[in-house]
Amino acid sequence: MLNYALSRLLTFIPTFIGVTLISFSFIRALPGDPIQVMAGERGITDERYAELAAQFGYDRPIYVQFWEYLTGVLQGDLGNSFVTKRPVWDEFFALFPATLELSICAMIFAVLLGLPAGVIAAVNRGKLPDRLLMSTALVGYSMPIFWWALLLIIVFSGNLQWTPVSGRIDLLYYFPDPTGFMIIDSIASGQKGALTSALRHLILPTIVLGTIPLAVIARQTRSAMLEVLGEDYIRTARAKGMSPARINGVHALRNALIPVITVIGLSVGTLLAGAILTETIFSWPGIGKWMVDSIFRRDYPVVQGGLLLIAVMVMIVNLSVDLLYGVINPKIRKR
Amino acid sequence: MTDKTSSAAPDVHARPSRLNEFWFYFRENRGAVIGLWVFAVFAFLALFGQWIAPHDATSQFRSATLQPPVWQEGGTWSHILGTDPLGRDMLSRLIVGARYSFFVGVVVVSIAASGGIIVGLIAGFAPRWLDDIIMRIMDIVLAFPSLLLALVLVAILGPSLTNAMIAIAIVLQPHYVRLTRASVMSERQKDYVTSARVAGAGVLRLMFVTVLPNCLAPIIVQAALSFSTAILDAAALGFLGMGAQPPTPEWGTMLAEAREFILRAWWVVTFPGIAILVTVLAINLMGDGLRDALDPKLKRS
Repeated sequence: MLNYALSRLLTFIPTFIGVTLISFSFIRALPGDPIQVMAGERGITDERYAELAAQFGYDRPIYVQFWEYLTGVLQGDLGNSFVTKRPVWDEFFALFPATLELSICAMIFAVLLGLPAGVIAAVNRGKLPDRLLMSTALVGYSMPIFWWALLLIIVFSGNLQWTPVSGRIDLLYYFPDPTGFMIIDSIASGQKGALTSALRHLILPTIVLGTIPLAVIARQTRSAMLEVLGEDYIRTARAKGMSPARINGVHALRNALIPVITVIGLSVGTLLAGAILTETIFSWPGIGKWMVDSIFRRDYPVVQGGLLLIAVMVMIVNLSVDLLYGVINPKIRKR
Repeated sequence: MTDKTSSAAPDVHARPSRLNEFWFYFRENRGAVIGLWVFAVFAFLALFGQWIAPHDATSQFRSATLQPPVWQEGGTWSHILGTDPLGRDMLSRLIVGARYSFFVGVVVVSIAASGGIIVGLIAGFAPRWLDDIIMRIMDIVLAFPSLLLALVLVAILGPSLTNAMIAIAIVLQPHYVRLTRASVMSERQKDYVTSARVAGAGVLRLMFVTVLPNCLAPIIVQAALSFSTAILDAAALGFLGMGAQPPTPEWGTMLAEAREFILRAWWVVTFPGIAILVTVLAINLMGDGLRDALDPKLKRS
């Protein structure tokens, strides 16, 4: 196990350097000179240009710049945003809780509906519930979520007036946000109605972001359950006269969960890609919207740093899933 | 999705009627056949839509802006699905728009698959160190969420449909590399490959003539699935303003243009989305059918 963990960790290092190199070189490849962008429409004198270039280190050889960037990254220095002048690192972690809160809610939504749907479909294989659930899952899987978001806004915000269209909380509530999680902060603030407002803002983005994971989990649970239900020990349990609910719910589901958990872990990337669209549509102040805005504003350090942090996060999650999988399933370690 | 490390070699005696056999299994899956029909209509519209559409996709009927569909009060038969804020006929734009999505799917899948297959074959046959380097590079690309990477790539290349296609192809390529390499690895140890090598086949012949045909089944399935991913991602980029630019009647771009009218005119938002959903759904249905028919080992149900 230790060997397996070490070898997985070793592949992490070149990948990390590569990811850093990519996010570094992307920004160098962007059209437009970063200093000209900073200067804006007023333009800039040649002396001031040289001064700024020296200040940001753009006048040095590219490999020196990369080395400085890499060492800076390892010390948590990702540069400052051109627009807000604040460190990218600080901005990222100020906005990250919003994305995390939304992603956790979306994942809970997906698991709570997806697992039972998959189990019901597998148990009723080939019958009407199976067909209905799996066609719904395929529709969800094929859903362009940006359109799905607009549709939900039309129905629930427009026609029914049930939910707000954008943001995380109504403007009339104001309180400090020590954790950054609106649900926790609104309870901590003790203001009447704040929690309800926060939850109402969460509903639509959660559904939108959770739709594709929900479909994937339902499909994966069904196929994993079908595989497990064919095993001998299930037949033994049946022969012993155990109740179907116990067989399906405990014996089968527990073993079917392994591939499902892997899928959940590996969908972090999908979730972040979905967060880009969801946050943009619902004006949700998280890292997805932050990245899109920065790309449009040509805020290079932010795009660079955000890209890197997101990639590293995905890598860490994938690595943990791999390691966890190695713990659960000894066969994997041998490879 | 999870890595499928092996593919099934088709039965030797079934070889003469491989297509018949495939069709036999494919036909079993009713959803897949429906998907195929819808896809056929989609492909037909993509090729001939320009001549079928009742109006020109970009001509503006200034007297009839935001006209509702025919069944709603105020709708007319000349604009069956209504008009958009600039008075352009929705139905015509949707029909002509099929071309862009189809084009995106075909181009992206061709680039990603051909590139991915070649790199995957090389990785599968290369010495260990080269294989390691190639797979690490693929890991790096896969570490970025696909849409984010495509978004940044398009920001670098400049927003247009062509650049969106290039970006999506780059993002999808690693899946083909991994799939091909995994198949090659398992095929390479089989006796028929050894005998071909002993008979004097060169590396290139081994790669493309001996091994590749036996690795194709999972790749074809992946091609179908990434056709729909490509359409979805291109529409998402268009929606974010980084794909096809207005006035191109690309479905995602149409949605972006319609966004501010969502509470006033439901039809400008609803129809392009339905077009995307139906197309993607049809292709995914087809993909499921292909998987079941081509790859008995992946057959799950």
